[in-house]
Amino acid sequence: MPGEVVKRARYKTSVKDSGVAGVLKMTEDKFVFMPNDPTSSARLDVEFRFIKGHKFSKGGSNKPALLNLTQDSEKGGGYIFEFENHPDREVCREFVGKALAKFSEASKAGSEQSAVKLFDEQLSTIEMERRIKLLREDSELQKLHKQFVLSGVLTEAEFWATRKKLLDGNTSRTSKQRVGFKSAMISDLKPLTDGRTNRVTFNLTPEIIHQIFAEKPAVHQAFLNFVPNKMTEKDFWNKYCRAEYLHCTRNTVAAAAEAAEDEELAVFLKHDDILASEARRKIRRVDPTLDMEADQGDDYMHLPDHGIFRDGSKEIIDPQYEQYRRTLSQDLNRHAAVVLEGRPIDVELEDTRTVAEALAKSKRVEAANEKSDGSVTQERLERISRMTEIEDLQAPRDLPFAALCIKDPRDYFDSQQANALKTLGDTLAGSKQIKCSLSTQEAYGSLRGFISEIKSVGLSDPIVKPDIALKVLNGLTQNISSTKFHLGKNPQESVLDRLPIITKEELLHHWTSIQELLRHFWSSYPITTTYLYAKASRLKDAMSQIYPKLQEIKESVQSDFRHQVSLLVQPMLQALDAAFAHYDADQQKRSARSGERPNGFV
Amino acid sequence: MKFQIEDVTVYFPYDNIYPEQYSYMVELKRALDAKGHALLEMPTGTGKTIALLSLITSYALSKPSNPIKLLYCTRTVHEMEKTLAELRLLHQYQLRHLGPAAKILALGLSSRKNLCINPAVVSAENRDSVDAGCRKLTATWVRALAVENPNIPMCQFFENYEKAASEAVLPPGVYTLQDLRAFGRDKGWCPYFLARHMVQFANVVVYSYQYLLDPKVAGIISKEMQRESVVVFDEAHNIDNVCIEALSVSVRRQTLEGATRNLSKMAQEINRFKATDAGRLRAEYNRLVDGLAQRGNLPISDTWLANPALPDDILKEAVPGNIRRAEHFLSVLRRLVQYLHGRLETENVEKEGPVAFVASINSQAGIDQKMLKFCYDRLHSLMLTLEITDTDEFLHIQTICDFATLVGTYTRGFSIIIEPFDERMPHIPDPVLQLSCHDASLAIKPVFERFQSVVITSGTLSPIDLYPRLLNFNPVVSRSFTMSLTRNCICPMVLTRGSDQLPVSTKFDMRSDPGVVRNYGRLLLEMVSVVPDGIVCFFVSYSYMDGIVNTWNESGILKEIMQHKLVFIETQDVVETTLALDNYRRACDCGRGAVFFSVARGKVAEGIDFDRHYGRLVIMFGVPFQYTLSRILLARLEYLRETFQIKEGDFLTFDALRQAAQCVGRVIRSKADYGMMIFADKRYSRHDKRSKLPGWILSHLRDAHLNLSTDMALHIAREFLRKMAQPYDKAGGSGRKTLLSEEDLEKMGDGTTNEMLF
Repeated sequence: MPGEVVKRARYKTSVKDSGVAGVLKMTEDKFVFMPNDPTSSARLDVEFRFIKGHKFSKGGSNKPALLNLTQDSEKGGGYIFEFENHPDREVCREFVGKALAKFSEASKAGSEQSAVKLFDEQLSTIEMERRIKLLREDSELQKLHKQFVLSGVLTEAEFWATRKKLLDGNTSRTSKQRVGFKSAMISDLKPLTDGRTNRVTFNLTPEIIHQIFAEKPAVHQAFLNFVPNKMTEKDFWNKYCRAEYLHCTRNTVAAAAEAAEDEELAVFLKHDDILASEARRKIRRVDPTLDMEADQGDDYMHLPDHGIFRDGSKEIIDPQYEQYRRTLSQDLNRHAAVVLEGRPIDVELEDTRTVAEALAKSKRVEAANEKSDGSVTQERLERISRMTEIEDLQAPRDLPFAALCIKDPRDYFDSQQANALKTLGDTLAGSKQIKCSLSTQEAYGSLRGFISEIKSVGLSDPIVKPDIALKVLNGLTQNISSTKFHLGKNPQESVLDRLPIITKEELLHHWTSIQELLRHFWSSYPITTTYLYAKASRLKDAMSQIYPKLQEIKESVQSDFRHQVSLLVQPMLQALDAAFAHYDADQQKRSARSGERPNGFV
Repeated sequence: MKFQIEDVTVYFPYDNIYPEQYSYMVELKRALDAKGHALLEMPTGTGKTIALLSLITSYALSKPSNPIKLLYCTRTVHEMEKTLAELRLLHQYQLRHLGPAAKILALGLSSRKNLCINPAVVSAENRDSVDAGCRKLTATWVRALAVENPNIPMCQFFENYEKAASEAVLPPGVYTLQDLRAFGRDKGWCPYFLARHMVQFANVVVYSYQYLLDPKVAGIISKEMQRESVVVFDEAHNIDNVCIEALSVSVRRQTLEGATRNLSKMAQEINRFKATDAGRLRAEYNRLVDGLAQRGNLPISDTWLANPALPDDILKEAVPGNIRRAEHFLSVLRRLVQYLHGRLETENVEKEGPVAFVASINSQAGIDQKMLKFCYDRLHSLMLTLEITDTDEFLHIQTICDFATLVGTYTRGFSIIIEPFDERMPHIPDPVLQLSCHDASLAIKPVFERFQSVVITSGTLSPIDLYPRLLNFNPVVSRSFTMSLTRNCICPMVLTRGSDQLPVSTKFDMRSDPGVVRNYGRLLLEMVSVVPDGIVCFFVSYSYMDGIVNTWNESGILKEIMQHKLVFIETQDVVETTLALDNYRRACDCGRGAVFFSVARGKVAEGIDFDRHYGRLVIMFGVPFQYTLSRILLARLEYLRETFQIKEGDFLTFDALRQAAQCVGRVIRSKADYGMMIFADKRYSRHDKRSKLPGWILSHLRDAHLNLSTDMALHIAREFLRKMAQPYDKAGGSGRKTLLSEEDLEKMGDGTTNEMLF
């Protein structure tokens, strides 16, 4: 831990305040703020022991980098600093965190050191970034975090302790799974005409530009060559769009004429040489069982002018303009190939130049890898031999598998449920298969099977009591059937979708928060330290705040939904009740015991 | 597993066998015993290839005194690779059970382009340049010169191979093209010439059809194969087309211009030789007087494509006197080129028989039939005399001589058609003179005569009685097998109406109807949303596919399709198509799912399998009729009617339906596999069309699936996919067995076999 940190910052009394520019200096036990204007009164010199906690703004390029050192959680007063950039803020925040930890440690020195460790775990910047990233990606998590951590119900460490897996898995996951290109073609890049003038507009976004670079190496290369030395970026894209427009009109003659006059334009209109050479390179590594190029090399039938020439299966184009012809099929194939390869780089898409350069770099790396890769051939051979086997003529062998990774499980399972309902409908409509034409032998065989089973298991007569079975079945299916009745046959809808959006969101939110709280609540039992004790009571308070809210929701909805909502709320309330009951029981036991052991040590 | 078929012990590399594979072997063995030809149709996905390979190799093993050789012909190089991979599996199994006694030599043979390992040569653009590049380094006269002048480059691999002489042999084993290359690199020997040499000693040779059927290639590659060979044509439903293509030539303006250039180049060479080495030309003349025009015993590196006419039709006599002198021959060729030029100037379509054509050449250019006939051999001899190595430059004059020889040799079964422009583009003059063969039996006749057993097999040979007529032979065994199914793993459907209940068809007057295009698009869109992994679509032609995909793109349907699956398209560029296929497979492997748009009769339909997750659904958009306005097709139909009494309509339907069946048949590989087939055209519901489909498809085509609309098809698809995704009992439950183990086979006595199975 460095002895002190000095950063430029603006001191603010509130978030909206423009603030006073100055220098913030932090040492182990205090921080000092010196405004640039020596006459300003906003001079600070505060010891850390008066500081109770710190908050900070979320990392994001467009948000100001704020750090709030809170004096007292009740009063909410504190010192707000805005830093010039996020890294500066991070350094200070880390420092503050450590300093505060030291103070609280000092104050609670002794028996509870282990608990305190948990409390204000010293975090590395990477760890912090990872957490911030997770929060940013998952709005639900962010909501929970805001609700519980920032309000003090849970500490940062507690909140993340139950999500260790998320944090651990994250490192490997970020490298494995990235958002790829869109499946849709960039031929969405359609010229827009406004109808009155002859003006044609194209819309280019950084995303589209990235995709253009990936799909058209020639454009990428041209960009690196021409911009900004030979032309501005704007001119470059103008020219590109002009070429696209010519291509749209499918007038190869006009395209050829324009290309002859303008060599830069020609780059966009001609065939992509880089692609062609890439194709030649790739074709060598292609699976020989589908290599049709080798076939052409073997085909003496199609010597020029041999075989049947004009049987209607071949197309003729004027060879002069051939290089200006670009077909949709080529674009489709290229696009799909690029989508399949995935996004090779992970940079912010804002600056076109950086994107172009990063892409070029990743290409070089790829090419280098390819050369050194000898195992590819081996793998290919193994694949072929695996492919040639006829699978059901021999015992199955285990295939390698990849773990399923679903980013947002709820999304996935919701859609699955819709499908399931849909297919349920189908089944009812169609495929009830009962074998009707039984031979006597088969019928006899199945009867014998029953008899021998009863002999071994013994007869309980009747096997299931019909009245009980009916009751259970009714109890279980009542809700389902009534819901199903209300929903009718529309499989897309679930119960939630029929509720007003606000109610739905509230319900979902409460559900997740209750889950979170309950998880922490139950995990703090058995209570062995005062820390856990405090935590449990804190959690109980938070839960009891939610309880009335649920009741409120139940009452606030319109009468026709009330039943549905209460059905949904019911399990939540039950879970909460169980938790409260446990808490109370534990409390009683505790007070009974504390009577016996007056020193209060747990 | 290992079992007896009569006196032969068959080694089969799997633990179980399908009953139809077993019967297939039984029939095949009968044909081999009878030393006769066989015609066998067995559904795709029942392991034809492995059944065939294991019976024939086992047959050879059981008769060690006089082992038969297997010449296995595939249509394409990638099928060759697949076959060799299966053979390797089998060979390893046989080695495990028999030890060294089972050792065989099996290899694939291809052109220099696919086998050359000399980087300077193989980097050339196409096959012809690779051939010429090789010749420049290995021709005898080049090597003779190089002995004196070390600056002349030679091919190190070929030199090493020559030096090793009789040492240069391939040890027993199974060699794919890649293995051959690797072996060559390892030893420093040229794999191409090594393979060419080893073909004579190999037990199994896998190569493409043309190496046997095309006289130009067969003349140099296959001339030394022994009679005791079994020739197998796999996937042979198109064999008639291959045969007629092998004997067809066309001449265009570019050809004639090129030929003129070639002739003046040769004239220069002749003059040069006259000045420097007149003796050489005189020696050639003397040789021709003695009748040695034919290839004779040329060193292996000097040969190139042989005479285009069939060996039996080439007269064994001396070259006629008036073309023996080089300059006389050149002037004959000049007159011929001149004459063809004149014929191309025509404004109307002309059609003639060979006899009339030869007569007109004789009267107008003064070249008689015999001279024409000897053109190719005479040219060959002249080019050797002139020591021309860049043969790729001289392709045009070779084409002219091919044409001359063919037209001078055959009097029937051919016609000459001159068209001034392409029917579909009347404004672009592009005259072409085509010599087209109509009789498939011509090219295959020598094969039937030369080899003791020829097996023609495919998944679609229906109607099976048509092939013996088309190819003019008498099979001793001719059978069509059905598929014994554990479960209904194929689901063919005929879709006649779109989602708006209007009929869909690619009939000429309907195909560009926006309603039909939209309905086809909706069909695909609905299907991509329910079918997992790969979907293959076949269209009737490239132009139709281009048109419909463009329309889908403009109307946004394509974009919606892409939300579900990636889209790949077959193009006319082979490299691009290959890469697209490779990517398609990767997309299916990684679970992304993809759609492949392809063309019936295209290269993909010809030999790429879309088995397992690579194809859960095939949609055949339309009926793939041939381009019926083609003059060549019309001429062929006329010939078929006159010679074989086959009606035009029947033949066209037969041809279209075998293509369609071939396209959809690519989805099944084994009985554990499953797939759906949608025939999307109202014409398929008609009985006369549908009944031409092979039996194994028809038997699964339920009456309820004959007249579907998009929504009904979607419902069936959902049902089917859900049913198929369940685990099932592979051996087939009660009743008929669909998977036989070794004991099952032992239990069945020889006599009761067939009754039990079918």
